[in-house]
Amino acid sequence: MRGLVFFIALVVVLLIGAMLPYAVTNAYVFYAGFVALQYVVISTGWNILGGYAGYVNFGSGAFVGLGMYAAVFLFKLIAAPLVVQILGAAVAGGVLGLGMGYMTLRIQGVFFSIATLALTVVLNTIIVNWSFVGGARGITVLAPAPTWFPSIVSYVFFAMLVLAVLSIATARWIEKSWIGRGLAALRADEQAAECSGTPTLRLKLFAAAVSGALIASAGAPYPYYASYVEPASAFGLAIALNALAMPLIGGTRSWIGPLIGALLLSGLEQAATVTIPTEVNLLIVGLVLIAFVVAAPDGLLGLLDRKSAKGRVP
Amino acid sequence: MSEPILSVRGVSKRFDTLVAVADVNLDVAHGEKLGIIGPNGSGKTTLINCITGVIRPEEGTIAFEGVDISRMPTYRRARRGIARSFQIPRPFVGMSVLDNLLVPLDYLESGRREIAHACDLLKSVGLEPRAEDPAESLTHLELRKLELARALAAEPRLLIADEVMAGLSEPEIDEVLEILFALNARGVTVIMIEHIMHAIMRFSKRLLCMETGRIIADGTPQEVGRSPEVQKVYFGK
Repeated sequence: MRGLVFFIALVVVLLIGAMLPYAVTNAYVFYAGFVALQYVVISTGWNILGGYAGYVNFGSGAFVGLGMYAAVFLFKLIAAPLVVQILGAAVAGGVLGLGMGYMTLRIQGVFFSIATLALTVVLNTIIVNWSFVGGARGITVLAPAPTWFPSIVSYVFFAMLVLAVLSIATARWIEKSWIGRGLAALRADEQAAECSGTPTLRLKLFAAAVSGALIASAGAPYPYYASYVEPASAFGLAIALNALAMPLIGGTRSWIGPLIGALLLSGLEQAATVTIPTEVNLLIVGLVLIAFVVAAPDGLLGLLDRKSAKGRVP
Repeated sequence: MSEPILSVRGVSKRFDTLVAVADVNLDVAHGEKLGIIGPNGSGKTTLINCITGVIRPEEGTIAFEGVDISRMPTYRRARRGIARSFQIPRPFVGMSVLDNLLVPLDYLESGRREIAHACDLLKSVGLEPRAEDPAESLTHLELRKLELARALAAEPRLLIADEVMAGLSEPEIDEVLEILFALNARGVTVIMIEHIMHAIMRFSKRLLCMETGRIIADGTPQEVGRSPEVQKVYFGK
């Protein structure tokens, strides 16, 4: 029953998104909406490994950048359409995620997080020295005019909406299934989970690959969106920080947490971008994150849980 | 005697220079009630960890129901029917009590994937009223029971109970003992590691005493209790 309501809600969201380009003429809506949806995909993807399995990945920037450059590469090589670019980015992200998953064999906890941070630096260096995709100068990507949509920005907006819907459906499916239960178990205690028959390595590899594929796919439509990509912004710190902050603010135990966090935080950042100078953005994210870590370590969802628990106990 | 359910041959485990388990040989028969005693640090838990695969011994082989499991990962051993409870309860925090039991039910092929079955298990250890509560809200006794219930969910053929009664009161010990007796009556082989002497004397049909990684006595609880070597370890001389 609940699954049906969820499914219908997703379809409704997609239909509204498909009609929006014809109803709304203000291009800013799509520019801002694209960023918000991109963060929905990134934080939802991040949460599959970081939230469900408890492996905190600081390297989201590497995955998003990988997705962007996979798209650029495919575009330059064979003028691949956007769908193919996204699929290519997802495959590349999945493979990198799998590699990251194998790292969990040797390193856990904070050491794992530090290693993921290094991923961004490594990939950044590779791209800077690879002239085919523009090197350090960056590259201009002129997207062909879309056939079904009035403008390129509404086209990539819709593509990102589809990705967001897919990633949320994936996250919810994982969470509610036996896979989600196994991930929650290994998050609590890997050894005890093994002793209960859970193949922890396989589950971690799966979570890391899916997480990596989703985050990378979120980067793929960006070259069309911005029509210019360069390594410094592609592998920026802001993405890694947001990817971590949004699920933490929303709540990491459920698919809805990253969604709430992404919409809330990117909304706040948009408001800040429009009203105050740009660098204040990161400051806001940082401050909100600190406030939440102190006041609501389990995010908004945890806060709600605690409120309702208080109501039950007289 | 028919083929043993568990056969440990020449197992040794070193931590740097410390020999935690030294060339241990052990056969456990089907349906046995085996107790293992020994001072702290004598290698009991390390031996259990070798059997369940949490750590790999440097030497020796371990066979379960005639199959060499020495190289199997832990989860495969669990699926073959080896279950354990941990010395310090290790619940899956962040999950409900019921979900804690659904983990082994999900992943163990022998387990029935039914919520009803999980509820029956909770009833059998008296945790049913707590099914929906988060695991971290349980009391010490309840955590011990959850630990046992989670081990039982797998319908194991060998249960290793590592100090399940530590820190419990007398009536609580009786309660846990009753669960273990009932389990054994259903044909489950039980290895119990315990410091609470009267409980392990009552439960075991056969008792081992370990000291510095070796088995120094093996026999009925009475025989082991009278063994001069065991008395020397416990009382000094």
